[in-house]
Amino acid sequence: MPGPSGTSRAPYLLVLPGWIWLAIFFVLPICGMLSVSLMTGNVIDGFGFTGAVGNYAEALGGYWEQILRSLLYGLCATVLCIAVGYPMAYWIAFRGGAHKATYLLLLLLPFFVAQVLRAISWKFILADNGVVLGPLKALGILGPDAHVLSTATAVVCGLAYNFLPFMVLPIYAVLERVDHSVVEAARDLFASRTQAFLRVVLPLSLPGVFAGVLMVFVPTSSDYVNAAVLGGTHNTMIGNVIRTQYLVNNAYPTAAAITFVLMAALLLGIFGYARALGTEQVMEVQAR
Amino acid sequence: MPPTPPTGAPLRRGLTRARPARRDVLRLAGAAAGLALAAGCGIRGQKRPEVSAAEFWDGRRRTGRLRFANWPLYMDEDRTQLAQFTDATGVRVAYDEAIQDNPSWFGRIQPILANGGDIGCDLMVVTNGLELGKLLALNYLAPLDHARLPNFAEHGADLYKDTAYDPGNTYCVPYTSGLTGIAYNPEYVDREITSLDDLWDPAFKGRVGMMRDPQEIANFGLLRTGAEPEKSGEREWQAAARALRGQREAGIVRAYYEQDYIQPLTNGDVWLTMAWSGDIFQQNATEGTDLRFVVPEEGATIWTDNMIIPFTSRSPVDAVMLMDFLYDPEVAAGLTEYINYVTPVPEAKDRILAHAEDAEGDDRAFLTELAESPLVFPTEDEYARLHGYVPLEPGEDEGFTSLFLGITQA
Repeated sequence: MPGPSGTSRAPYLLVLPGWIWLAIFFVLPICGMLSVSLMTGNVIDGFGFTGAVGNYAEALGGYWEQILRSLLYGLCATVLCIAVGYPMAYWIAFRGGAHKATYLLLLLLPFFVAQVLRAISWKFILADNGVVLGPLKALGILGPDAHVLSTATAVVCGLAYNFLPFMVLPIYAVLERVDHSVVEAARDLFASRTQAFLRVVLPLSLPGVFAGVLMVFVPTSSDYVNAAVLGGTHNTMIGNVIRTQYLVNNAYPTAAAITFVLMAALLLGIFGYARALGTEQVMEVQAR
Repeated sequence: MPPTPPTGAPLRRGLTRARPARRDVLRLAGAAAGLALAAGCGIRGQKRPEVSAAEFWDGRRRTGRLRFANWPLYMDEDRTQLAQFTDATGVRVAYDEAIQDNPSWFGRIQPILANGGDIGCDLMVVTNGLELGKLLALNYLAPLDHARLPNFAEHGADLYKDTAYDPGNTYCVPYTSGLTGIAYNPEYVDREITSLDDLWDPAFKGRVGMMRDPQEIANFGLLRTGAEPEKSGEREWQAAARALRGQREAGIVRAYYEQDYIQPLTNGDVWLTMAWSGDIFQQNATEGTDLRFVVPEEGATIWTDNMIIPFTSRSPVDAVMLMDFLYDPEVAAGLTEYINYVTPVPEAKDRILAHAEDAEGDDRAFLTELAESPLVFPTEDEYARLHGYVPLEPGEDEGFTSLFLGITQA
């Protein structure tokens, strides 16, 4: 313990590696990218900084459709993740008993398999005449031309599936810490089960939902694997566009500009969401 | 109560709670702008100086080791041809199926080659498309010493000797060629597919697969609109793009595929699709499927995968030895029997027929069919119906790819 007069340097020193890490792997590259996004040129002769704001116009004008679609898919996947993941987290936290760890492991087990492999196995399972759709068609429940693959539904479901643990785990972590006596107190004060959930448990779990939304919405909106494997003709996401701009066209400035537009859109969305939910309050609850 | 240091709580709060004041944001923005300007000098041209063959090969010796980067399914599991090569020359080969598609391979090696670094292979196989064009324009490839390629000179077909993309084989020696045509699954398609019209037939709404690669799909659009890909220009490209967009908007296309069209075609998710000849052959041979491959009457695309040596290769002598070894007709025949694509060594045909004589049952039937197949040994008439990719001048490629990516990436 340092003396009362000394301001301890230890905490600052402890965060130093973190700051250095961020500086090297986040701040520097992002400044570099910002600069690239304002360049013109080609891969053979090189790119020069010309302050080409036109790249942003091109990014917005040429790809607004894919950007909006990505945000929409990300949003749908996030909502789906909450709908599926919240009850799972709730059940494990409150009813999991001694086997909580086992249930969590079961939840994570599929994710030990590479993401691309998982997306590809979806193609087998959901094939037009595969194990799921085949019998439904044979029974006449679905028409002969019904299909799931190559549709927006397939892409959104693929996204939700792949990012489900990122929703379940933070919600679980928060629910697990909810003091059962608080719920009992609510019941003692004549709250019904529903009321106790809506007015006590749900508000207490919001920080977890908030964290889950961040961890699902951001990566799903910029994902490209699911759209490439499960999508059809009008399901391209902005991640696919960025990838081809980099790799196929070597149009680094355009790709960088699209990246920043996407980043701006995501940040705006998240700040709006945080404001609507009241981050200050969310953080306060989490800090307790 | 234990004494708490007076700075504890505020400090902790300061560390755990982000409070981005406007001042900080401005400061950060300032720093970012400064850095951006510092980095603003640009990305220098990625080109390397041109080196003549004489300069490049001066003083080069064999090392006895070779690292070969190739595509999946481009050599059998036992790597028979490489074992033969090691027996014949003593050179040990590390074989890596590292190349899945041209753009990502190019994206991976380009920054390393720009700095003159080792890309982890001494010999690689790249298709005669945009990426090969860029590798050539950037001077990333070792010019070949043809004195070291006697087999290629003797056994290579003339057609593969003086190609439009690399006149005089200065840098490239073909590994294999293949056709892009139409494959269909007769289980679902109850008529014979003969023409590109079939890919635009509303009867197959939602059941047609097209390729995502800009050059591949452009060629089919061009052939469909009656243009010749090799001689096409901006006007023809626009017409082709319109035809392809119409096909998409009519709901005929189910999806745009990379190499992943085989499974949907086998399952019946798509009924007919743009396809590579060897894929269909291999699928029929290994999975027992009955998929058909046709060269549409309007014509089809022929492409060539080339063996090339990066200029940073550690064992260029060993690499060029393997290039030449694969032009031994017996070796070429063995390779063709596995990969089922067009071989640049015409004499391989007789060797395959001889192998068929010695084989029995299914193997015999398969080898005979292979040797007689116009998809593996096209006749001159058939070659006349085959077209190369659209040749793109430097500077044209971005507009061209953007036009066709606009179709596949809507």
